[in-house]
Amino acid sequence: MAENSMITLKIDGVQVSVLEGTTILKAAKDNGILIPTLCDLEGLTPYGGCRLCLVEVTGSPKLFPACTTPANSGMEVTTNSERLKSYRKMTIQLLMAERVHMCAVCVANDHCELQALANQLGVNHVVLERHFTREPIDSSHDFLVIDRNRCILCLRCVRVCDKIEGVHTLDLKNRSKDTEVIMDLDESWGNSCSCTGCRKCAKVCPVGAIYIEGEAITQTKHRDVAEFITARRNNR
Amino acid sequence: MSTTNTVIADCNSSSSSKVRVATVWLSGCAGCHMSFLDQDERIVDLAKRIQVVYSPLVDVKEFPEDVEVTLIEGSVANEEQLEVLKDVRAKSRVLISLGDCAVTGNVTALRNSWENSDKEVLERAYKSSEDLQAAVPNMVPKLLIRAKPLHEVVKVDFYIPGCPPSADLINYVLTELLAGKTPNMEGKAKYG
Amino acid sequence: MNLSDIQRIAEEENEFQRAYKYRINVCCSSGCIPFGAFKVLKAFEDAVKELGVENICKVARTGCVGTCSIGPAVLVDPGEYLYQCVTPENVREIVQGHIVSGVPVTKYLYNNSGYFRKQRRLVLRNAGKIDPTRVQDYISVGGYFALAKCLSTMTPQGVIQEITNSGLRGRGGAGFSVGQKWGLVARAHNTPKYIVANLDEGDPGIFANRTLAEADPHAIIEGMIIASYAIDAQKGYIYIRSEYPLAIEALQKAIAQAKSMNLLGDNILGTQHKFDLELRFGAGAFVAGEETAILMSVEGRRAQPRPRPPYPANQGLWGKPTLIQNVETLANVPLIILNGGTWFKGFGLPNCTGTKCFSLTGNINNPGLIEVPMGITLREIVYDIGGGIPSGKKFKAVLVGGPSGGCLPESVLDAQIDYDSLKRVGAIMGSGGIVVLNEDSCMVDTARYFTDFCIEESCGKCTPCRAGLARVKDIFDKIATGEGELNDVDILEKVSEYIINASLCGLGQTAPNPILTTLRYFREEYIEHIVDKKCRAGICFKKEHKGDE
Repeated sequence: MAENSMITLKIDGVQVSVLEGTTILKAAKDNGILIPTLCDLEGLTPYGGCRLCLVEVTGSPKLFPACTTPANSGMEVTTNSERLKSYRKMTIQLLMAERVHMCAVCVANDHCELQALANQLGVNHVVLERHFTREPIDSSHDFLVIDRNRCILCLRCVRVCDKIEGVHTLDLKNRSKDTEVIMDLDESWGNSCSCTGCRKCAKVCPVGAIYIEGEAITQTKHRDVAEFITARRNNR
Repeated sequence: MSTTNTVIADCNSSSSSKVRVATVWLSGCAGCHMSFLDQDERIVDLAKRIQVVYSPLVDVKEFPEDVEVTLIEGSVANEEQLEVLKDVRAKSRVLISLGDCAVTGNVTALRNSWENSDKEVLERAYKSSEDLQAAVPNMVPKLLIRAKPLHEVVKVDFYIPGCPPSADLINYVLTELLAGKTPNMEGKAKYG
Repeated sequence: MNLSDIQRIAEEENEFQRAYKYRINVCCSSGCIPFGAFKVLKAFEDAVKELGVENICKVARTGCVGTCSIGPAVLVDPGEYLYQCVTPENVREIVQGHIVSGVPVTKYLYNNSGYFRKQRRLVLRNAGKIDPTRVQDYISVGGYFALAKCLSTMTPQGVIQEITNSGLRGRGGAGFSVGQKWGLVARAHNTPKYIVANLDEGDPGIFANRTLAEADPHAIIEGMIIASYAIDAQKGYIYIRSEYPLAIEALQKAIAQAKSMNLLGDNILGTQHKFDLELRFGAGAFVAGEETAILMSVEGRRAQPRPRPPYPANQGLWGKPTLIQNVETLANVPLIILNGGTWFKGFGLPNCTGTKCFSLTGNINNPGLIEVPMGITLREIVYDIGGGIPSGKKFKAVLVGGPSGGCLPESVLDAQIDYDSLKRVGAIMGSGGIVVLNEDSCMVDTARYFTDFCIEESCGKCTPCRAGLARVKDIFDKIATGEGELNDVDILEKVSEYIINASLCGLGQTAPNPILTTLRYFREEYIEHIVDKKCRAGICFKKEHKGDE
């Protein structure tokens, strides 16, 4: 791949120039067009799971996740059509209906990306039947707590643990709606022998699924930690 | 929503009568009603244009006919509330879910995680927490298996989430409706 | 070992087989073994000895003949006499009559010419005719000649050109042009390159790939070696489900034979080409058959698909260019090389050449594994090959394309089998499953059943498939317990449309097909369930009525 060559594309009718290999999401963001995201976090490997950042590309019937799709020369991208808006609302609704998301009693109230997106995108009620899971809360760790009832499976914690902290304590078990974040080989967190207690999982969690006991959420959340560390590493 | 608007516009045109507004309190903590009152001095303006025909704040026993706008706080948690809600819906032109309990179930719906939550929650509240003469009172209306948001039972026209919902938003929605307009909710509502 | 060696083996083997006047092929595939195929095989071996005809009659263990409803099936050559439901007890009578006296025992013969008449067996050319455990059998019917031809007379570009000319499209479901795909991988700059053969047939009621691997494993291996030559790959994997022990055994044996004969390994057939092959086992996840999930699984990770681009042709296994091809596609390759692309185009339709294997099951007279030319109609499959619906029942629907296929009614039975016309009527080619349903089936229940399957098999990565399908299930539960509202039909449609467009991989993108097609063709049944609380097939509403009101 040619290094440092610039390509030009159109995003929402605006002509933009970006480095080859840039994702559509980054290309849009660098040019002031914000596409809603949940699983994506700068500094982490793109995942493409939440489907909020889907965009339309002229000439293709398919939708593309902006976070994983590289911008191509001559591409015409639409980020905010009526169809995309309604799909995003549906995605938020499905996430809110999938497990227990009751903002008023959540540790992350007012610091939650799902809540913020629901408000921003105008999802003021959930048409589909809500589900109330009953997963035990694991507070066996000295200070880290996981409430899987609030997990939206964005896998930011798994990725930050693997790529940034480099220990891979967190991973998944089961599939479909029973998919769950686990520690080591499904140990309780307190019994995990690999967890370093680095807290990065709590810092990047977009919702209130992983938090730190006895610490104000404002102190915990540093969602730019991955970006910060990755940038420092790359500059080294 | 067009019929809704016409109706309220009609009411405005006949200047003699005020718009008939009601508020209902189902399974909630009354915080949403507090927020309604938190409109503060704006209530004085509202009062010139609306008449509160039914509310926990006024002494009316029966829900009246022909209500223009009804704001409902709280979720539907028992059989009595289910009947109330259906009755209110039938008698109201515009029905608004007020607050998180009405919109999502919120705290009242946390019991839904339990199987047989209708029984378990009563046991927990009246028996396991009492040492003497622990018994579930028999005058409590039968609980539903799940506490539900209003729109799972009846058609809801507008949603004002929030715990509590903001007084500004309540005021915005009411003034828009009184002006015969459809309130634009995008980006204004806030859960929690 | 080189081309002349292969020719020599073929001649020797043919001569050896010509010594026998008769050949008794006993189907020992997964379909016939439970009915005692091995006992029947043993009985035939004993009977020919006892009756003193072992010098003129060869008894062979073979793969599937395709008639799975009449197992154990036994094929006697010459003349392709097919005996049905053979038991060890009537073996002696068959040998006595057919071999000793030379008169076929008609009362045990499978009397159904229609079943085979409209079929064209290219991929399954050797199924039921050769012993899959003997590479000599495969070579004697022209096996590995195509490989030898490629290596000795064709350039890699020439091979790709021939495949492109043939118009062959991927049989895994999506129908992408095979020649084009090979070209993409061949042109990719990165090395090493890999080939993955997909034998992860996870759909319920589908057994075409399994049968192929059990009956003719060398055809798959030869196809892979040819592909490796065309795209310059040196390592290949066959990804197979661990639930297929017989197919695994057949492939393991075949790979060992190929290695010992220098058909795999370094300097294949004395040339510079080098290719090694390994099996990788799946753990029974439907989604692991998805193109990118298979790569994750082969790498030893959780089988979760990832978004494309980047496409596997550029970044596949361990980030290297990778060709992923269904085994049925690969089994076509030797034929195309031997006979030419133009010959292959003679089968099927101009834009959709060749044949397709289908597992034909459900309420049908002749279930089994069939191979039909593209362009045949569903009606021909159901009535001519399948023999129609048993016990005088009426036809209701046919599900084409597996659990995420479409439920098609009588009115579209004249649709042709090809990727585009199936898509037009709402079905997919998928992995080749055809399930016929009679009037006793409830279409709401059918859609619900297949949705449940897809929910179970969703990997959990993307929101639409994981959370969306689960909510769809809620709505089905409501309808099936009598609590449905008319509005639910609209919500079903809306959520289905969203899941199709917003899901990450093929599983989510096709999972709502049974819902959308039943809504399209059998909407009145939904309305009956919701409004009249009536299920005309008498299947729904049996569960305990749960609810608050």
